[in-house]
Amino acid sequence: MKTNKYRMLQLLGSVIIHAFLMVAAITCLFPLFWMFRSSLMSLDTIFTDKSIIPAVINFNNYVTAWIEGGFGIYLWNSILYTVVVVTGIVIISSLAAFAFSRLEFPGKNFFFIMFLAAMMIPLPGGFVPLYVLMTKLGLANTRIGYILCMINVGLSMSIILLKTFFDKMPTDLEDAARIDGCSKLRIWWHVGLPLTKPAIVVIIIFNSLNVWNEYILAQLLLNENSLMPLQTGLMKFQGSHSVDYPVLMAGLTIAAVPIIFVFLAMQKHSLKGIITGATVG
Amino acid sequence: MSNALVKQKSSLFHDNLTSFLFIVPAVMIFSVFYIYPFCDIFKLSLHEWNGIDLQKQFVGFDNFFELINDNDWWGSLWHAGFITLVALTFQNLLAFALAFACDRELKMKNFYRVVFFIPPVLSEVVVGLIWTWILYSGTQSAEHIGLLNYFLDKIHLQHLINNWLSNPKTALPCIAIVHSWKGFGWGFIMFLAGLQTIDRQLYEAAKVDGAGYWGMLTNVTLPMMTPVICVVVILTILGSMQAFVLIISMMGNGLADYTSVPVTQILDAMVGSKRFGYACAQGVSFGLILIMISFSVKIVSDKLKKI
Repeated sequence: MKTNKYRMLQLLGSVIIHAFLMVAAITCLFPLFWMFRSSLMSLDTIFTDKSIIPAVINFNNYVTAWIEGGFGIYLWNSILYTVVVVTGIVIISSLAAFAFSRLEFPGKNFFFIMFLAAMMIPLPGGFVPLYVLMTKLGLANTRIGYILCMINVGLSMSIILLKTFFDKMPTDLEDAARIDGCSKLRIWWHVGLPLTKPAIVVIIIFNSLNVWNEYILAQLLLNENSLMPLQTGLMKFQGSHSVDYPVLMAGLTIAAVPIIFVFLAMQKHSLKGIITGATVG
Repeated sequence: MSNALVKQKSSLFHDNLTSFLFIVPAVMIFSVFYIYPFCDIFKLSLHEWNGIDLQKQFVGFDNFFELINDNDWWGSLWHAGFITLVALTFQNLLAFALAFACDRELKMKNFYRVVFFIPPVLSEVVVGLIWTWILYSGTQSAEHIGLLNYFLDKIHLQHLINNWLSNPKTALPCIAIVHSWKGFGWGFIMFLAGLQTIDRQLYEAAKVDGAGYWGMLTNVTLPMMTPVICVVVILTILGSMQAFVLIISMMGNGLADYTSVPVTQILDAMVGSKRFGYACAQGVSFGLILIMISFSVKIVSDKLKKI
């Protein structure tokens, strides 16, 4: 009797727990489903038809968004910025972290503390002087200007993360390479980089997400449609008087799907990467 | 000096130089795009400047004095504080409860972990625009266009139907809730990671001592989780106080009196009224406020750890 009652309670408990978690999961997924569903409708039906699966499915909105809405260009720009910025961050920050951890030179601590301090001090409104500077340098409304700004955004965090990782690594391999007469640059490339692979994965994931989702600097620095990434392209819909909702939903799907797929494909690394990245500061 | 020593010295110099070259790219980018703007924001905050003229007018601390009497500024701080408060309570309690529910032998645990983290990987622009569509108010052929109002209509809760984002009373709470929707996955993952490091034997020991579920939660789980909770609290405060893209994407320029936050005020001073100096003064003041807040949280958390 007693064990039966205990089992019943346990079963009830697990049902309640699953119900709670399931409701939260549906709340997470449903808005995305609704976005996708709305992207398959036409302007005539989107305001009135509330069926879960629309009666008439049309993919025309994607064509419209891609060509007339410019989302083909925005998507290409987003991919370009993400790849270039993240590659830049990985190379520049791992060079610096390698030097901070393994090499000796005057002023080493000073420069490292400088990067550390930048992580600690929040600078809201930093985009104002940055915009002024970019205009002065003639880098406003250029790809290279935006790319350099975004490299700087991810730099401090990546250097600190990589340096702590380097510090924990044994130096045997590098010593061996040095005795064999390897130059510092070759040691960095052949020994240092492969050694810190897990930390570099973290940096790639964290910064890719950052660049892909960045909005304000792109909005301030880039005026031309041909240079804009997805986020600023999407925001053009906000504030215009008659929003073409089906096309907007198609654009949102174009912006959301790649990042969700990358996240799902690398979920084990991603979760760890994003959390480590966020807590470094 | 002997020849050998000179040679040694110059090779040491050469060695230092090649080592230094490793940090040159990082230091150069950092100096130009961080340190220079960092210094410039203080300089600009003491000037009146429209961003175009060659001449900047030095006004001392006038911008800061003006800020103290600026009701819009204090209003925006209150709005950000409100969003942060909702994130600290509703969002983090939800995250903790979900993590607590997940911290056991559970089928589909990984499914939940992944799904809860989908909103955080989306951009604020995407999240804001999706929710604007769901919260849409207005009717066509007597049917509600927005999903939420339509749903409320169908389950006969007509009195709750609302112009969610154009009603001054509900706009800010809606923003805060959407912000929490986007953010709770963070807290969930961090809490879950923290919970899983707690030694199971501690629970067993508490059980032997006759502790119930509540006793285990307050005497084992919470004390062990204090460091994680502190990190989550600081990250939530810094993140929520500075959140602003979500507000732009949900509100555009609408209802600024009821939904503006410090960063949208800065943007407005810069892009809207072309007062770069005033925008910088706001940025500096807000930065100081954030530093003070995170320091006080740090002090409180250190005290808690000692208990």
